[in-house]
Amino acid sequence: MAEPVLRLSGISKRFGPVIANEAISLELRRGELLALLGENGAGKTTLMSILFGHYTADAGHIEVEGRPLPPGRPRAAIDAGIGMVHQHFSLADNLTVLENVMTGSEPVWRLRSNRGPARRKLMAIAERFGLRVDPGRRVGDLSVGEQQRVEILKALYNDARILILDEPTAVLTGREAETLYATLRMMAQEGLSLIFISHKLREVMAAADRIVVLRGGRSVAERAPADTSRSDLAELMVGRRIARPQRAPATPGAPVVEARGVSARHAGGTDLHAIDFTLHAGETLGIVGVAGNGQTALARLANGLLAPYRGRLTILGRAVRRPDVGALVRAGVGRIPEDRTREGVIGEFALWENAVLERIDLARFSRRGIVNRAAARRFTQEIIDAFDVRGGGPDHRASLLSGGNMQKLILGRNMIEGPRLLIAAQPTRGLDEGAIAAIHTRLLEARAAGAAVLLISEDLDEVIGLADRIHAIAGGRMSPPVAAEAADARRLGLMMAGDWDEERAADAH
Amino acid sequence: MRIEQRTHRPRALFLLAPVLAVLAALAISGGLIALTGASVLDAYGHILAGALGTRLAITETLTRATPLILTGLAAAVAFRARLWNIGGEGQFFIGAIAVAAVGAELTAGLPAALAIPVLLVVGALGGMVLMVTALGLRLRFNVDEVVTTLLLNFVAILFVSMMIEGPFKDPMAFGWPQSVPVADNATLPRLIERSRLHVGLVIAIALAVAIYLLQARTVFGMRSKAAGFNAPAAAFAGVPLGRTLMMVACLSGGLAGLAGAVQVLGVRGYVTTDLSPGFGYSGIVIAMLANLNPIGVVAAAVFAAVMFIGADGMSRAVGIPSYIADVTVALSLLTMLVALFFTQYRIRR
Repeated sequence: MAEPVLRLSGISKRFGPVIANEAISLELRRGELLALLGENGAGKTTLMSILFGHYTADAGHIEVEGRPLPPGRPRAAIDAGIGMVHQHFSLADNLTVLENVMTGSEPVWRLRSNRGPARRKLMAIAERFGLRVDPGRRVGDLSVGEQQRVEILKALYNDARILILDEPTAVLTGREAETLYATLRMMAQEGLSLIFISHKLREVMAAADRIVVLRGGRSVAERAPADTSRSDLAELMVGRRIARPQRAPATPGAPVVEARGVSARHAGGTDLHAIDFTLHAGETLGIVGVAGNGQTALARLANGLLAPYRGRLTILGRAVRRPDVGALVRAGVGRIPEDRTREGVIGEFALWENAVLERIDLARFSRRGIVNRAAARRFTQEIIDAFDVRGGGPDHRASLLSGGNMQKLILGRNMIEGPRLLIAAQPTRGLDEGAIAAIHTRLLEARAAGAAVLLISEDLDEVIGLADRIHAIAGGRMSPPVAAEAADARRLGLMMAGDWDEERAADAH
Repeated sequence: MRIEQRTHRPRALFLLAPVLAVLAALAISGGLIALTGASVLDAYGHILAGALGTRLAITETLTRATPLILTGLAAAVAFRARLWNIGGEGQFFIGAIAVAAVGAELTAGLPAALAIPVLLVVGALGGMVLMVTALGLRLRFNVDEVVTTLLLNFVAILFVSMMIEGPFKDPMAFGWPQSVPVADNATLPRLIERSRLHVGLVIAIALAVAIYLLQARTVFGMRSKAAGFNAPAAAFAGVPLGRTLMMVACLSGGLAGLAGAVQVLGVRGYVTTDLSPGFGYSGIVIAMLANLNPIGVVAAAVFAAVMFIGADGMSRAVGIPSYIADVTVALSLLTMLVALFFTQYRIRR
């Protein structure tokens, strides 16, 4: 067995009354790919922040290659050969790849820059690990996957021998994630030691040499992928057995949304070209696709933020001719935005303000322009009780909620009145297993209550598990539907690549 | 030493922040006073006495606070919606010159009860036009309103200068560049005999309360705050961003224009280019010091007025230039920004 390059012993850290890490010990061996698995809030990121010197541990110590690492100094961590790739990149969009890689390691006051040697070093590293990049391109023009590659290169350029990646696939599409893990494998074979943080069971099982499970700030288990299963890991991670809910057969009713040859322009995204689909009451229609293939435009259409320029889109019996959020909300459309923190909630607003903002025009919540705060607070309290939103009462700020509780608040405000149509765009992105199961249950309940559910998701398991019929979206065009029973990951994968078989799909109608 | 985000922001901290900021600003300018060799306590004693020591001093301070409340509100409502109106000064002057244009003759025959409201509205409209122009450029051409509102200040003041040297020039002013005075029937009534304190103060305080209620209780207030805090989320919730910002711009420009009108009708009677000793710019500081709270604006404006009025008396008594008031008020903006930072973050070892 290879010698340990990194040893964390008895690391503890509290934030006020909250225990983030409690006596965590961890070893990383040379050439190893270690997964740190845990739910949101399990203490994974805190532990890695302590390792990298962003936080100082209350107790415990860290050794790198046998030498103690001074706490609380990122510079010392870098010098010791630790590199970190954050979930949110720290790159300057307006600089080139090479300039980004060089910043930080270059002295600030220098008349001539070292571009020639730096470029050669960068290219050599890129070659060795198969990380293709064009050093002269502006980072702002790169895709998310490419930007992540630049982050990794930057760490390697600083001579990192230990690389830490915080939720590296959270922002990636399925294919990009596979490429990333292939790269990480290769880096491990080249003698680097890597830790990646994740809460995705499938990835952890597929990629890691060894898995350490954190729960509630403690290290609760260590497993090799060969000796464990996804359900075993899920149980360790959550502390109890959880299962995603099962779907009952659908009883579709009248059409709720009909799109016939709908084309729409989406500034800064992918346009939609002549798409057709029908969504009935009491069924869930799943839309799968690789990110950036028109899902955003589709969600904006259904949410009343965009109108088609060609074709006919009918929602709840009314033709959509111009964007009108208020009309849809009044008609009983529940809207779950694809980006919770950007579009779903306003952090500075109280929960009650977030609960009623999109329906403030209703007579219950305002009269002659004056907000009925008592009614709004009652409505919010009902949501908090019915949807188990934890993290504060109606008057607390929304930014104090965790991602899962934010999503429950969003679900609650849309579902508590029994919507006729529910638009769910990436409803479980970034959430942990417990929250995912809760949200799936709610979506199935809405369908059972007769709502039409439009589920736009990149998570194939989610779509196969929830949808009755499935379309793929690729390059702004939409495939014919397939019945969920006829769909498997392989077939959906082909459809997502834009390769759909018109005849075979016809049997789904 | 590390800086961490606070998970919890105690309410007391928000109330304490401006107080500590003001004390810190006073301490720093105290250092400057000490540098001149004067006694710091003595100087501050003179400032307090000069601003609040006599009945006359108090009325003068409140008279000075009146336009500051209005320009402070103008900045506060705009900033709350993340509309960066730096043009309070220009809007103040356009409001003032609009009043001068109409008030000298057009409204001369009207009874006071009609002439005054008409002129106040005219002043507010003047400020509105300038601010709406800047916002229109942003909505139509994506021009940053920080730049346009700031630069329009100079345009506005030069325009006023042109008008009072030309068409509006008072022929009875011995050649001084000033506008024809507004008719007597349009002068704001005095609040207290033998002082300059006028009903503008009541109007300003009433507006502060009204704007507080507008922001806290109305659909428009909720939407304008939503647009400021998180525009994509506001748009997702169906808030019409352009229309909401336009209404905020009207309110903000209108308040600054009203400040100009009130200053003409309540204090000066005519327009000169030194009508404002930077009321528009001080309004920005006051809004920040109040943490954009309309009621807080009243308190912050009184603080600034105390410093400005008191420093005049102090400079006569102690011999320190009255510019120390500008320094203190400006410093309080910086210390308030630091204090606001510490309401959101805390230091950990």
